[in-house]
Amino acid sequence: MTSPGRRAYSGRPVESVTVESVRRGEVTQDDLRIHPETLESQAVVAERHGNPQLAANLRRAAELALLPDRDVMRVYEALRPRRSTADELSALAGWLDERGCPRNAALVREARDVYVRRGLAR
Amino acid sequence: MIPPYDSDDDSRPAVPGPVGRIRFMDAQRVNLDGFAVENPELGLVALASPYDPKPGLVVEDGVVTEMDGVKAADFDSIDAFIAAHGLDLTVASEAMALSDVAVARMMVDPSVPRSEVVWLCAGMTPAKLARVLALLRPAELVMAMTKLRARRTPSNQAHVTNRLDDPLLLAADAATAAAFGFRELETTVPVLADAPSNAVAVSIGAAVGSPGVLVQCSVEEALELELGLRGFVSYAETVSLYGTEQVFTDGDDTPWSKAFLTSAYASRGIKMRVSSGAGAEVLMGGAERRSMLYLESRCVALARAMGAQGVQNGGIDGASVAGAVPRGVRELMAENVMVMARNLESCSGNDALMSESDVRRTSRTLPIFLAGSDFVCSGFGSIQRYDNMFGPSNWNAEDIDDYLAMQRDWGVDGGLRTADPATVAELRERAAQAVRAVYAWFGLADFTDEQVAAAVDAAGSKDLAGPDTVAVMHAARVIRETGLTMADVVTALQETGFEPEAERLLDMLKVRVGGDCLQTSAILTPEMRVLSLVTDPNDYTGPGTGYEPTPERQAEIDAIRQQRSVEDLRREQAAYASDALRPRGPATQGGDPREVVVGVSPATGRDVWVTLSGLPVVEVLRQLLAGLEEEGCVARIVRFDDTIDLGMIGLSAARLSGSGIGIGLQAKGTALIHRRDLAPLANLELYSIAPVLSADDYRLMGVNAGRHAKGATPEPARNPYTDEAIEARYHTRVVSLVAIERACCRAAGPEELTL
Repeated sequence: MTSPGRRAYSGRPVESVTVESVRRGEVTQDDLRIHPETLESQAVVAERHGNPQLAANLRRAAELALLPDRDVMRVYEALRPRRSTADELSALAGWLDERGCPRNAALVREARDVYVRRGLAR
Repeated sequence: MIPPYDSDDDSRPAVPGPVGRIRFMDAQRVNLDGFAVENPELGLVALASPYDPKPGLVVEDGVVTEMDGVKAADFDSIDAFIAAHGLDLTVASEAMALSDVAVARMMVDPSVPRSEVVWLCAGMTPAKLARVLALLRPAELVMAMTKLRARRTPSNQAHVTNRLDDPLLLAADAATAAAFGFRELETTVPVLADAPSNAVAVSIGAAVGSPGVLVQCSVEEALELELGLRGFVSYAETVSLYGTEQVFTDGDDTPWSKAFLTSAYASRGIKMRVSSGAGAEVLMGGAERRSMLYLESRCVALARAMGAQGVQNGGIDGASVAGAVPRGVRELMAENVMVMARNLESCSGNDALMSESDVRRTSRTLPIFLAGSDFVCSGFGSIQRYDNMFGPSNWNAEDIDDYLAMQRDWGVDGGLRTADPATVAELRERAAQAVRAVYAWFGLADFTDEQVAAAVDAAGSKDLAGPDTVAVMHAARVIRETGLTMADVVTALQETGFEPEAERLLDMLKVRVGGDCLQTSAILTPEMRVLSLVTDPNDYTGPGTGYEPTPERQAEIDAIRQQRSVEDLRREQAAYASDALRPRGPATQGGDPREVVVGVSPATGRDVWVTLSGLPVVEVLRQLLAGLEEEGCVARIVRFDDTIDLGMIGLSAARLSGSGIGIGLQAKGTALIHRRDLAPLANLELYSIAPVLSADDYRLMGVNAGRHAKGATPEPARNPYTDEAIEARYHTRVVSLVAIERACCRAAGPEELTL
């Protein structure tokens, strides 16, 4: 099914997650979450198959894999039209940098510049 | 059309109405469709508008400074994102220098590898690629699609929804869709708050139907993401892109927010694709005078730039707008080919119903179906039209058998397979029971046996007793508020005795950990193997290459449940066997001038007992005899074993008959009146269309034969008329019946029969 030896976010080998272990409450959310390294290796595959943009997306995803769900939802909301001022977007980019998400930070800064020019900032 | 207005003003000259032929044509269903005059000002133009920009690309120091006639300082947000991320600048100058027609030819030419085309297209601006695609004629689009789609194996996606958000019916219908072969199921809600319940019910139903079916719940972007994060759906699709900045931001997103969303899904291992398609900008009054193909080209370039693995396009909600303008249906297919040329997964429209005409909607899909797409339909309405909460699809529950027959006709894999009726019944029962058990386990709802039985048997939600909308909303709220996850659903299934389904749902969660479904065009086989651009790349390079169904798959495509063999027919006939017709010894020459011989074919009353119109052959003979008796004639029945030719049977009967008049009857019901001095292929009266003959018709033939015997010239009986596809309905049975007749044939003299 999946490549052998794939480890979940928690480090647990995915093969060890069974219905029985789920039922016994021995499986955490992180045991069913993708590991950033897996996303990186998928990025390499995408690059090899003629799609560097998909690879870049998977690398941004590898950074986001480290964030909790609510933070991911929050950044998305902040990037929607006229939700954030330029300063707020700058601050958001800084926060992403601090959380080890430089590629996403760069995306937010790029958005900020275009939003200001196109009237999409708050 | 504006209805006629009755005015008292009689000063206007009377305009003669159209003649009957035109009135008749006006009344046809196709004329319910709207057809628009091409109008670039409104964006009502398919392939090329005079206002479309000229392709062009200026790159300075590795940065795009001008694209399609717009300087970087004037880029709108869509241009800006494409220019920053979407173009492979290492190939751009070479690609942009090629003539449009040269690229178009490369797309069609099987000897040019797919990889070379996608490599070049990566360096082409939206205006350039739009111009190239506009050059491809329909048959060339079929060739280009055959070659350029990413995944070798075609597949299909279904809509599974209902008006009531009834979870039992959703599960039963999801299991049914999976049984018919759909590998992605898309649900949505009439009531937004119901979304978590629908996602859970469809996921459970899908797991009952087959392992590895991907499920999505199409709702507002943020809620859809939340459902994905909690494991309730296994892919996402409702991430809409638009071709103008105004419409894009009216949709409450920007290229950057959508790009982030794309990464957000990937960060949890969830497959996603974006949605776009012609007509959306026109409907929102924001087409900016551009052609539909050019605007879509911007969307597709943006999809690639964002790093989405695939695109649902080909009109979608705007398909009927594209369908209303000249070459609009061609534009829809060009959109799909464009996605493939950008090396992305194509989920190729055939989604919203684009015409009231069965002919037009078939015409719209057929070339894509023949070429094969990653998903032939981005939403085949596997449920009733009235239950489709996306609106009726171009293909719906009533079309599933048509689609299966089309696959068989063309020997093409459109992603579906025949489901055995007994299996469908079992799966529906199990799906409804599984949802009932899970909902009871969590205290979400208590469904009764009657509700389960109704959902299992229902053709659609109108067959359910009463809507229990409060229960659904309550269940959905509890799912959302108590933080239930799909892992909890796995436990519930396990605890309530649905171990295989628990296993399958857990497998869908484990797939995320591997991330293989994030690659372009990924689907899962029932064996949980990932098929994608990476693992199952399209290798078409001309005849004899590319996708061909395996012998097992071909057998699945061929074996629709309606097919019948000679043996099936023989069994069917044997059920009507009787001993009413008995042999009485060799037949002799008759001398009574009032005698008429009824000659019957070899299988009559031996292996064939019912005619094509459903009458027992014994009854047919009784009617013929009654007609003869009415005319005061004497009747004999004689079987001829040495021929199945009706003319010869009738003529032989006439020759044995004292009056020189005979009736010939084939077991399938075809009958004629013959006279001994006529040529075999001539006759006096003929019933050639056996399937429509009634007892009265045979009685009339008996009467007329009697009148011929008495030297009168009766008015010939006429075949009842039908305008139905009577031959399509009966020809396979005719072939089998003739084979049975042939098998009964032997060299033996005529035999007298009694009734």
